[in-house]
Amino acid sequence: MTTTATPTAPFVRTHISPRTDGATVTAPESPPSAWATATTYAGRTVRQFIRTPQLLVVSAVTSVMFLLIFRYVFGGAIQTGPVRYVDFLIPALAAVSGLFSGGVVGVAEDADSGLFDRLKSLPVPRAAILLGRSMADTGLIMWGTVVTVVVGFAVGFRVHGGVVGAVAALGLCVLFAAAFSWLGIFLGLSAGSSQAAQGLSFAVFPLIFVSSAYVPVQSMPSWLRPIADNQPVTAMVGAVRAVVLGGDTVTLLGHSTTWFVTRSLIWSVVIMIVFATLSTRRFTKR
Amino acid sequence: MSSRPNIVEASKLRKRYGKVEALAGLDLEAPAGAVTAILGPNGAGKTTFIKAVATLLNPDSGTLTVGGGDALAAPQLVRRMIGLAGQNAAVEPALTGRENLVMVARLFGHNRAAAKAAADIVLSDINLIDDADRPVKGYSGGMRRRLDLGASLVGAPQLLLLDEPTTGLDPRTRIELWHTIRALVARGTSVLLTTQYLEEADQLADHVVIIDHGRSIATGTPTELKARAGRAMIEVRVAHASELASVIQLLAPLGTETARVDEPARRIAIPVDDGAARLADAVRMLADSGIQLDDLGVRRPTLDEVFLALTGGPK
Repeated sequence: MTTTATPTAPFVRTHISPRTDGATVTAPESPPSAWATATTYAGRTVRQFIRTPQLLVVSAVTSVMFLLIFRYVFGGAIQTGPVRYVDFLIPALAAVSGLFSGGVVGVAEDADSGLFDRLKSLPVPRAAILLGRSMADTGLIMWGTVVTVVVGFAVGFRVHGGVVGAVAALGLCVLFAAAFSWLGIFLGLSAGSSQAAQGLSFAVFPLIFVSSAYVPVQSMPSWLRPIADNQPVTAMVGAVRAVVLGGDTVTLLGHSTTWFVTRSLIWSVVIMIVFATLSTRRFTKR
Repeated sequence: MSSRPNIVEASKLRKRYGKVEALAGLDLEAPAGAVTAILGPNGAGKTTFIKAVATLLNPDSGTLTVGGGDALAAPQLVRRMIGLAGQNAAVEPALTGRENLVMVARLFGHNRAAAKAAADIVLSDINLIDDADRPVKGYSGGMRRRLDLGASLVGAPQLLLLDEPTTGLDPRTRIELWHTIRALVARGTSVLLTTQYLEEADQLADHVVIIDHGRSIATGTPTELKARAGRAMIEVRVAHASELASVIQLLAPLGTETARVDEPARRIAIPVDDGAARLADAVRMLADSGIQLDDLGVRRPTLDEVFLALTGGPK
């Protein structure tokens, strides 16, 4: 094996060391599986997140800020009937933390940086890249959920539904996080730049506020109520609230636990299918 | 063109973005085992073409084969043959150099052990083995580019695609990267690179394709292209800008074309037929005139001049 044959000026390092062991890289025999692709990209994304303190903090801070403002500033003025406001608020924030801290900006940055171009030039199943992103983002969203719940406990939140309720709430939160991760991926792919993605990630705020997340739907004007009542966030926060509160949820929240949970499951699946399809189509298009 | 098989063959490629025709019937051949440089100004269609070869976009029409495979119909086959290093160093700052390479090696299809081994070999090849376990955010610009280049190599591709590999680097780092690329080519990898630096094409390429407005306007070795511009140039640098006009007038009879003037540099270049003889004439005429000179000489045309002549000269 020869190294550079051209004369080298003495001040220039060639950065190619002559090999003495004859080792060379060989081409892999087959392309990576979808699972290897997804886990490799997910692993990289999670590591990037863990090693970037700004991301760790920023992703949790919006949710916590809203939590504290509503708990202590607005909470006193909001009537939630027999349910303590803090018990009304925290399950809701845990359920929608995917709308505060999704992968919108991260996805747009990976597009911006040229990483997606490289990934698409590799013999990977392209849809598996997005699956990996969704897996990682679900994890990042759950980080926001955990922070919210921990702060929630500190400001008076308690689980009344027992261990079963807590486990069910966790399961629902993971499912919602996965659903919102696909919404985030779609927004990130659509943004065009990471700055635009920054703005787009606020576009989902109406979805949070025009729901039962912060205030009971009954307190809204009659024209707004049907919208708030029938949109996915209301079903999702209702489901988590119901399992966390336990007891007679028809009296406490207006509907049965089954009513909330069924609706939230249907919504999650619909969101996942719609945005996974749209994102994959956008990502694999040439 | 040589009888070597072509690693890339493009014929009548067209790609339109709205009103802009990025590729306007591009024909291009890149011989295997050689460095082919695609040279052109911004917006000439260089990046669009690289993206088409990298199977990132589908041309509207035309044919494109890479390593004998149809890039449009069988992109997955082509992806197993190529390694892409785009305009930005697409490396993850929060990960170490090694982690970056292992990730890409896994995505080329290596299993865990093979990916680690490939990363190790490439890290020592690109001389980053000592910095392999540091996060990339502490790397210099040149190190990041080398790592990015390394990322495109961990799958042992037959064809390396480099889109403006040295844009934004300082001159010294650029020269270092040139050496790295050259040494890689000595191992038999085919390279297709784009550049807007004529010197880069001159330094690296066996084969140069000049493109403008989405078409190929000239191909050949750097020497051939310089010979196409043909004439030697007599170059004069005057001491005082006020004397540019009189020198142009004085030397006009020697030239085969009108002189090219670079006013801020106080420099005049005159294409001539017989360099040495005309230089002697010029020396005599200028000595008689008593005009003060900084410099006077004869030289071959640079690729810049070839390029400007082919693309219609400076506006």
